[in-house]
Amino acid sequence: MALTIEESGRLAGLLAEHAERVVQRWTEVVAASLRGRLSQAELRLQVQELHRSMIEVGAEGLTDVQSERAAEVRAVLAELSRGRARQGFSATETAISIYALKDVLAELADSGDVELRDVIAFNALIDQMGLFTFETYVQTREGLIADQAEQLLELSTPVVKIWDGVVAVPLVGTLDSARAQVVMERLLQTLVDTGSPYAIIDITGVPAVDTQVAQHILKTVVAARLMGADCIISGIRPQIAQTIVALGIEFGDIATKASLADALRHVLRLTGVETARRHARREA
Amino acid sequence: MTAGVDLGPKAQAIGSDEDVVRVRQLVRTVAVAVKLSLVDQTKLVTAASELARNTLIYGGGGNAEVSVVDDGRRRGVRIVFADSGPGIPDLDLALTDGYTTGGGLGLGLSGARRLVDEFDIQTTVGEGTRITVTKWSR
Repeated sequence: MALTIEESGRLAGLLAEHAERVVQRWTEVVAASLRGRLSQAELRLQVQELHRSMIEVGAEGLTDVQSERAAEVRAVLAELSRGRARQGFSATETAISIYALKDVLAELADSGDVELRDVIAFNALIDQMGLFTFETYVQTREGLIADQAEQLLELSTPVVKIWDGVVAVPLVGTLDSARAQVVMERLLQTLVDTGSPYAIIDITGVPAVDTQVAQHILKTVVAARLMGADCIISGIRPQIAQTIVALGIEFGDIATKASLADALRHVLRLTGVETARRHARREA
Repeated sequence: MTAGVDLGPKAQAIGSDEDVVRVRQLVRTVAVAVKLSLVDQTKLVTAASELARNTLIYGGGGNAEVSVVDDGRRRGVRIVFADSGPGIPDLDLALTDGYTTGGGLGLGLSGARRLVDEFDIQTTVGEGTRITVTKWSR
């Protein structure tokens, strides 16, 4: 427990008595630490909100941040730190918004408005509040990172139809097990949805093809074949080709091409589509 | 930007799939700094990827140390992968193409040996495995 009921009451009284001065100084200290990246008006609103909730709860007994009665204070703190995390502020900058109150209390102690013994007790509570803010901040950031990882997984694996009966999967970046799974699912579903007999897997954007990547690609090809679709692997650059040979990976009878254009031409030839180069009409 | 790259030895712990990616990026940065050709860069990065994954899957995690070596005529990149896992009981078998105990293609260790210029493996059952690979610039 950080504070006794009496101390909590004295804190609420102190904050209420010097309300204007506390809010003013608190806002100033926070503003200085954030160096103008948040407007003074917005900061003042946040500080006022926190200040108000501390007085309200403090009057009843803000003994511990984790206590049931402190739910209101926790809500305000969580709101504040979530906002900071989303706006890209650092953990320190977020915690300072709370710890700034210590500076204000110290100033009040200097002018003799509060006893030093109380300041020490109040500081323990402010420490708790700061830690809670920090925890919420980390949770929010972790949530953001998880969301982004998921979005990246979705974004980076499009399956596009490039011709009637031909779909292509341009792979970009590292192909780990999770992404390989997403790619395979997407590709197989698209094959069903579009009724395409051909799929081109383009690995131009994959920086290194090791045995794991190769195995994922091979599994995808085999799965597509089971569904009656033929796969062509394209985008094999010279350095990748040499590496694959040295590693000893065999693609067997799977057609491979250097570029996506070659792969498409190969498929069109297989399906009997004729392509002719149109000569530019000459002006008389 | 080559001048700005610190060529001292760099270590990277291997404890997750993300760390395998980090090893790969680290090796690529150093390989570019010592001016390996694009093919050699790709070969070394691929070998590092295989060995790092082996360290993770079979060695139960460990660490990789990447350093620049110089024999007076040319420069190269040396990577040491060390783990304190179960070790490899039959090295010849483990270096056979297509042999795997983990459901992979069975080409990682043997393939990595073909991708680099120097390959040294020290393993003791119950104590761990230490693999040193070097790729020289041409």
